[in-house]
Amino acid sequence: MTDLLQLLIAGLATGAIYALAAIGFTLLWQTSQTINFAQGEFVMVPAFLALIAMKWFGAPVLPALLLAVLGSMLLLGAAFRYVVVGPLLGRGVLPLVISTIALAILLKESVKDFYSAEAQPFPTLLPDTVVTVGGVAVSLAQVGVLVVALLTIALLQWFLAGTRTGRQMQATAQNPTVARILGVPVERMILYTFLINAGLAAVASILISPIYLAKFSNGETLGLIAFVAAIVGGFNQVRGAIVGGLLIGVLDNLAAAYVSTAYRQAIPLILLVLIILFRPQGLLGRREERAV
Amino acid sequence: MSTRATLLVGLGLLVLTALAPVDLTSVGLPYPGLKRYGTYILTLWLVTAIAAMGVNLIVGYAGQETLAQAAFVGIGAYLTAIATKAGVPFGIAFAASGLLTFAIGIVLGFPALRVQKHYLAFVTLAFSVLCWLVFRNEQWLTGGVMGLRDIERPSLFGWPLRQHVRFYWFVLGIASLLTFALWWILRSPWGRAFTALRENAVRAESLGVDVRLYTLLAFALGSAYGGMAGSLYAPLVEFIDPSPFALGPSLLFMLMVVIGGAGTFAGPFVGAAVAVLLPEWLRAWETYYLLIYAVLVMIVMAVFPGGVVGLFARLLTGRARP
Repeated sequence: MTDLLQLLIAGLATGAIYALAAIGFTLLWQTSQTINFAQGEFVMVPAFLALIAMKWFGAPVLPALLLAVLGSMLLLGAAFRYVVVGPLLGRGVLPLVISTIALAILLKESVKDFYSAEAQPFPTLLPDTVVTVGGVAVSLAQVGVLVVALLTIALLQWFLAGTRTGRQMQATAQNPTVARILGVPVERMILYTFLINAGLAAVASILISPIYLAKFSNGETLGLIAFVAAIVGGFNQVRGAIVGGLLIGVLDNLAAAYVSTAYRQAIPLILLVLIILFRPQGLLGRREERAV
Repeated sequence: MSTRATLLVGLGLLVLTALAPVDLTSVGLPYPGLKRYGTYILTLWLVTAIAAMGVNLIVGYAGQETLAQAAFVGIGAYLTAIATKAGVPFGIAFAASGLLTFAIGIVLGFPALRVQKHYLAFVTLAFSVLCWLVFRNEQWLTGGVMGLRDIERPSLFGWPLRQHVRFYWFVLGIASLLTFALWWILRSPWGRAFTALRENAVRAESLGVDVRLYTLLAFALGSAYGGMAGSLYAPLVEFIDPSPFALGPSLLFMLMVVIGGAGTFAGPFVGAAVAVLLPEWLRAWETYYLLIYAVLVMIVMAVFPGGVVGLFARLLTGRARP
């Protein structure tokens, strides 16, 4: 029982990080029909921005992390929006899919060729102590990750539902044409979505890199999980991405402990196939009309 | 182009490709022919092109996304390797590879196409990773990361194909048959329905084209091309391990088809040439090859979405009407 609780907490902590990546993924899809195949790499890159700031320019940890978030928003938010997605908007989904696949390769190879192919240790601000509460050993780092991720999500939800800009973004996501008619600056809202996505990815990166080390190939698994989390929860719902992320984090940890480590990666994929078979709109999603 | 002209051009190209490894100095032409390695690379190009033709059918003609072509190639390769090692004739293993991947295509595509347009991409993504896990983990069957070695090349009616040139001709023969089959399918009423689908799915449906059925068959057939390519890949390289059948190579298949020109008949051949031959030429920059390739793809998507074939077509028609 205590084992199960420990696994549950660890699973929720990684799940909350997955949720951050999955939320950004859904937001991009909603506002600009961008299926971002480079989402995993978006979570991989900010850690290296921080490492570059620390190793090459000697910045202390905290400013380096802040720089990573800002750099990520500039590079993976604004530049991604205007250089990669911009020329392809309105040409359908396929060109964007191809271009983001290429971008994923580009980011991965750049980090490998210009920084390092080895896994890099990454500093953490969270305490590395283990507290025992009622027989359950709880790592404060895990609780910290969970708290930071959930706070970020809460902040985002407040922004989307509680501010004028946030509601304009939701309007853009639901129906860009009507939003435009009603005077919402749709272009700017799309840019905000890209910036938020990059910001969330950077937070996810900073939280996950101390656990799994920073490595150029991390994006492959992370992207896959963000994908699965978004679809399992419901492709068109931010809430869905949160539930999907947490669910997969927990399942992943339980599978590693109780099933087999060799097929640990298979569990989220089997879940994905089951969802597509039996509840294609996702756990919390609403039905959409068939595209064809 | 008329049917006859197309067939003649095809035949001409076939003869030229068949002569590529032959030493022509004896008949007075200054062409020494390709060496052993060159012939091997050319065979690899043909095998890749077969799989890319399948992707082109799915992506360029049926308008779907497949992220599992390398997994289908893997299924064909492992099936052929295991079967021929057990003494099954190559012909049967080849047919079985095609049929099995066709069947898997139906089983995967049916639930995915029931839902939404992009769900096939997600299902194939999951399938691709699952296949790779099986290839890597089931050591008793696939040899795990150590792979399967000493896969024998077949003989054709008692004519052994061990030599590189002979195997090249054998693959060229099969590739031409498969190319002709696809060309014929795309010209048949069945194939015309694809074009209708791609141009305007709603209109096609209103004219009585069963969109879902056609898309499903296109996906299954495209996957079967992958399986058959795999069946040729195993005896070509004579050693297989899981790495060329992972998710990354599946994504590269998509990029290859788009670079060549999705929805054009020659696209997969050009794309496969870019993917197989370019790294040979860029040997000196091997580390940066993928980087250059990725940037190239992004530029192609932004500037000329028709790919290399589309660009040439535009240049040619541009010159035709000044």
